[in-house]
Amino acid sequence: MTMYFIFIQVCSKSLQERQRQHMARGLPKQKPIAGVKEVIVVASGKGGVGKSTTAVNLALGLMANDQSKSVGLLDADVYGPSVPKLMNLKGNPELTDKNLMRPLVNFGIPCMSMGFLVEEVAPIVWRGLMVMSAIEKLVRQVDWGNLDYLVIDMPPGTGDVQLSITQNIPIAGAVIVSTPQDIALLDARRGAEMFRKVNVPVLGLVQNMSVFQCPKCNHQTHIFGLDGAKELAQTLGVEMLGDIPLHLNIRETSDKGQPVVVSSPDSPEAEAYRRVAAAVVRRLAEHLR
Amino acid sequence: MMLSIEKGNLHQVKHVVLVLSGKGGVGKSTITTELALALIHAGKKVGILDVDLCGPSIPRMLRVGKPEVHQCDAGWVPVYADPQQQLAIMSIGFLLEDSDEAVIWRGPKKTALIGQFVSDVAWGELDVLLVDTPPGTSDEHLAVLENLRKHRVDGAVLVTTPQAVSTGDVRREITFCKKTAVKILGIVENMSGFVCPHCSECSNIFSKGGGEELAKLTGSVFLGSVPLDPLLAASLEEGQDFLQAFPDSSTYTAISQIANTLLSSLDA
Repeated sequence: MTMYFIFIQVCSKSLQERQRQHMARGLPKQKPIAGVKEVIVVASGKGGVGKSTTAVNLALGLMANDQSKSVGLLDADVYGPSVPKLMNLKGNPELTDKNLMRPLVNFGIPCMSMGFLVEEVAPIVWRGLMVMSAIEKLVRQVDWGNLDYLVIDMPPGTGDVQLSITQNIPIAGAVIVSTPQDIALLDARRGAEMFRKVNVPVLGLVQNMSVFQCPKCNHQTHIFGLDGAKELAQTLGVEMLGDIPLHLNIRETSDKGQPVVVSSPDSPEAEAYRRVAAAVVRRLAEHLR
Repeated sequence: MMLSIEKGNLHQVKHVVLVLSGKGGVGKSTITTELALALIHAGKKVGILDVDLCGPSIPRMLRVGKPEVHQCDAGWVPVYADPQQQLAIMSIGFLLEDSDEAVIWRGPKKTALIGQFVSDVAWGELDVLLVDTPPGTSDEHLAVLENLRKHRVDGAVLVTTPQAVSTGDVRREITFCKKTAVKILGIVENMSGFVCPHCSECSNIFSKGGGEELAKLTGSVFLGSVPLDPLLAASLEEGQDFLQAFPDSSTYTAISQIANTLLSSLDA
């Protein structure tokens, strides 16, 4: 009888110990991606402001500014993956011997996207938990090789994907994209606040679609407002990384899958993106110090 | 007893229309707002349910500020945008203490709140309830559909911009509607062409015709195109009623036509 009671006590003690260990687990630990030196996320909060376009041209800009750097691109927008279209990539990724997915490469940038794993017309109707597991695969089960920078194109919003990525991977910095309108800035501000909450440094803001110049009469129209993002940057105490105009060329080249930085490298738009890339590198170095 | 509870808050809502896209930033909230205003000008009572929990744009576009949300016997009282109570709104924007607060929630929490938004808001008598959704096909969309199943969804209006990156995502959304048996009431092509205010040259900044092509390709109704209009963008920033302020613009004509087509298909 005594043995029985001692046995029960010992069991309950180890159960308590296990429970205590479970509770102490808390948030998932951040684990760096094998082979990747610095991770830059391109986010917003607002949809349709040009995150994917900026992410693609930023990745290409980083390589254009310094040919020795290797840059990868991860499309974390599970519901609306735009990277395949923008980078003119299609097809299912191959598997390596170690069962890792081989990223598809174009213009020297290895890319991974949900868009490579599903049909073009198939919707991804997934709840948060499945999305988390998909993101984990897109991040960890890819043979990235050795990269100096991995640019992650985030989806709009401040939900599961953002939380999963910021909790699981150490991020060197976040680039926040917005158009000048208040309605976009409201969401961009929420995006910035989210990064502050999860201790990801905000490298700065990019003001996209800032001004449109009529190709016929050169009259400039600030279709989405004037300088709103610059004001937000000041309020948040972050830097303006760049100002990208609204130019037909950017949309045309994007739709063709020939990003402007590589297809029209001498254009002012390409120059604007390369300036953003240079600012990002500078801010990363500042932050390390 | 159970039956009378099941009748619930959507009992006196005649039509429920989802405004979907799949792609972000194409103008779902803008089109929802303008359609609501157009329907009100046509004498209808309208409600807007804003289920974009991470980026609620409706309160800002209608300039309702930060009113308190009151409770009544039947649940939450929606916020009215006008003294005549013709436009009722519910959005998470009204429930946040700080309007800059970020809503960083995972799926289950979002699903729970949307369930409450659908069944616990005392909408009262409405001709049309427009549901403004976030981009994608996720928890919010599934939650809205599941909770509206008990009532009825007349269908969805899909908004797209003309360029390929957008129509690609909207195609996925169309498949989503087909799979979930949501009738597609039509496709709206937004930001379709920009007319320079100086020389009237039309530039297709975001391309043109993509929405119409998508409608043909998928056998859906094409409701119309709305041009890229800086005056519309500015009105939304100010929370001004664009349709009252600029009745002579081509944008006004486009939106009114879309609203009329939508009404006829709902009443049919």
